[in-house]
Amino acid sequence: MIIIDDSIKNLNDNYQYGFKDNFNPLYSTGDGLNEDIIREISAHKNEPEWMLKIRLKAFKIYKKLPMPDFGPDLSDLDLNKIRYFQRASDHVSRNWDDVPDQIKNTFEKIGVPEAERKYLAGAEAQYESEAVYANIKKEFKEMGIIFSDTDTALREHPDLVKKHFGKLVTPQMNKFAALNTAVWSGGVFLYVPKGVHAKIPIQAFFRINAGRTGQFERTLIIVDEDASVNYVEGCTAPNYSEDSLHAANVEVFVKKNAFCRYTTIQNWSDNVYSLETKRASADENGTMEWVDGNLGSKVTMKYPSIDLNGPHATGTMLSIAFASNNIYQDTGCIMRHHAPHTSSNVVSKSICKSGGICNYRGTIRMNKEAHYSKSHIECDTIIMDDDSASDTIPHNEINNGDSEVEHEAKVSKISETDLYYLMSRGLSESEATKMIIMGFIEPFSNQLPMEYAVELNKLIDYQMEDSVG
Amino acid sequence: MLKIKNLHVKINENDKEVIKGLNLTIPDGEVHVIMGPNGTGKSTLSQTIMGSPKYRITNGDIIFNHTKLNDLATDERARLGLFIGMQYPTEISGVKNVDFIHAAMNAIKPDNQKVSVLEFMQRLDTVMDFLDITEDYTNRYLNEGFSGGEKKRNEILQMMMIQPKLAILDEIDSGLDIDALKVVSKGINEMRDNNFSSLIITHYDRILKYVRPDVVHVMMDGRVVTSGDYHLAEQLEAGGYANLRDLLGIDAKLVDD
Ligand SMILES: Nc1ncnc2c1ncn2[C@@H]1O[C@H](COP(=O)(O)OP(=O)(O)OP(=O)(O)O)[C@@H](O)[C@H]1O
Ligand SMILES: [Mg+2]
Repeated sequence: MIIIDDSIKNLNDNYQYGFKDNFNPLYSTGDGLNEDIIREISAHKNEPEWMLKIRLKAFKIYKKLPMPDFGPDLSDLDLNKIRYFQRASDHVSRNWDDVPDQIKNTFEKIGVPEAERKYLAGAEAQYESEAVYANIKKEFKEMGIIFSDTDTALREHPDLVKKHFGKLVTPQMNKFAALNTAVWSGGVFLYVPKGVHAKIPIQAFFRINAGRTGQFERTLIIVDEDASVNYVEGCTAPNYSEDSLHAANVEVFVKKNAFCRYTTIQNWSDNVYSLETKRASADENGTMEWVDGNLGSKVTMKYPSIDLNGPHATGTMLSIAFASNNIYQDTGCIMRHHAPHTSSNVVSKSICKSGGICNYRGTIRMNKEAHYSKSHIECDTIIMDDDSASDTIPHNEINNGDSEVEHEAKVSKISETDLYYLMSRGLSESEATKMIIMGFIEPFSNQLPMEYAVELNKLIDYQMEDSVG
Repeated sequence: MLKIKNLHVKINENDKEVIKGLNLTIPDGEVHVIMGPNGTGKSTLSQTIMGSPKYRITNGDIIFNHTKLNDLATDERARLGLFIGMQYPTEISGVKNVDFIHAAMNAIKPDNQKVSVLEFMQRLDTVMDFLDITEDYTNRYLNEGFSGGEKKRNEILQMMMIQPKLAILDEIDSGLDIDALKVVSKGINEMRDNNFSSLIITHYDRILKYVRPDVVHVMMDGRVVTSGDYHLAEQLEAGGYANLRDLLGIDAKLVDD
């Protein structure tokens, strides 16, 4: 029996996960994927039997689940043409000369260090910072922090993985969560023991070694009681990929009194469908924060969620989406309040221009037990021209009498009055426009590590040039 | 410095004519004042000189140092040395006051004369000291949550940093306490020299005690109806606009009629 996740279902009133009577298997596993491939993946990795079982079960669910029938059009996504399993070393199949000029130009414009460029473009397997890497590893080990890729964690810490893997992101959540569970490879495993406050000393290390995202990466983070971590992945530089589908799953467990901030910035190349499933839980008095920036891709569908499971747990979602040149960003978040005195706060900022589409799609659910809980949602969109569009699709569900949900949504153009004021001081229209856009996303960029904020500003600057220059 | 000839201006939104054949000349180095009843078109005039997209010129010319401004974009006018201190300065969230002022200073300078961060900070310090402005307010977002007086002071700060040739100051004195009024006046006086002119729009003669104007103009119903020295302002303060209108025998309707 398939369990339907109601909150996802509610992302769209017409949308029903689970079986449909008239379900038409448009996407048969065909050439792309079958059970043998999955067995092969698992055998190749010498996985324990239970993981293979999870994979096979997820595969069955994957076959039965329909494609999402809301938001962006996915009919061009040919699931039969996807390479479902590649070893890490397979990624390095690309010559630097083959990387499109546009990507190279962007590296240049936003000042990505020379040493990182090849790595980011997939033309180099290893970022030359092994020394740094070794140091951090040692430091982490002393603190009891486990930080590795998920495959390694499965070998070295099978109990910890087994206890948490797939407990938040279940294959039933959606077709791509199921697909990821069936064929996952790579991703990050991070465990922070009780009472440990993990400082991230060198952002570049994370940015490179953990930020390199596989096609079906699986990330699992456990922050034990009274512990805290501030994890940053991804980067503002365009992530050039030949793979058209990226379906990552991310699970974050925030235990009692613990804190986790998970910062992601993604800027996929314009051929990529980024369909991620991210889900976190926060126990009593725990805090989970998603800081999520989406800049590139062809289509992004991403609705990070937080289950507020213990009293006084807090969840935050702070996001920006930037859609230009026909990019479709369908993003949002889900907050499930299960316990009393929980609170959530959502700030979503989007900018669309030159035919881009940005939607906010979100659900806030206050369960019966979630007495005296609060949620505040703020969606702000700037639509820069008539070719671009945006929609806010909130869904609020309050099942008790003493909780509150506040929703504010604002869609605007760049204000003529603001432009005029800046221009009256001599700024050109394009300089003034950039300044207003930077100001608009400032609440997001001021939460980023310095290098990221600087890069993000340069990147947006660069992307704005073609529209107003 | 500035010459306005037979200017007619309409509001784009409702096609209403607000400036109806206005003439005004401000020579180099002079401070001129415009006074006039509410709704008479003073702000419209100043915004039109700056090139606000809300208004359009239907007739007449605005000439600034031999350049016709009519069809120039707002930023081009600013780069020629024009500055406007607005009656209601705009609040822009997320843009830091310092960053904006630095960008503005550099926007009007040619590439080989850009002001470095260090030079800028030094100059900013000096000017802020001069204007009694506390540090934290330049790190706030542009005019966001500023009190009325702080906004006006911020306009004067920008003026002194940018060093324009002509500053139009629209009700820069409204809502200022005595100390702030003195500070703002000090700023304007500091700028005064042969290459700087100013057009001050005001309702009260109190600022004129600190900033002695060369000429006072009275505007009614979209036109300059009379001009004189600062005694004209005192006369107005004592007698009011209706009195002056009747004295001059002008056929103009006032808001309060
Ligand atoms: N953008 C606009 N849209 C509609 N009406 C406008 C606009 N701007 C000005 N007006 C109208 O034009 C007239 C002149 O306005 P303006 O602001 O220039 O007056 P003012 O002389 O500056 O008055 P005050 O002393 O009250 O500041 C008023 O009737 C005003 O309502
Ligand atoms: Mg006015």
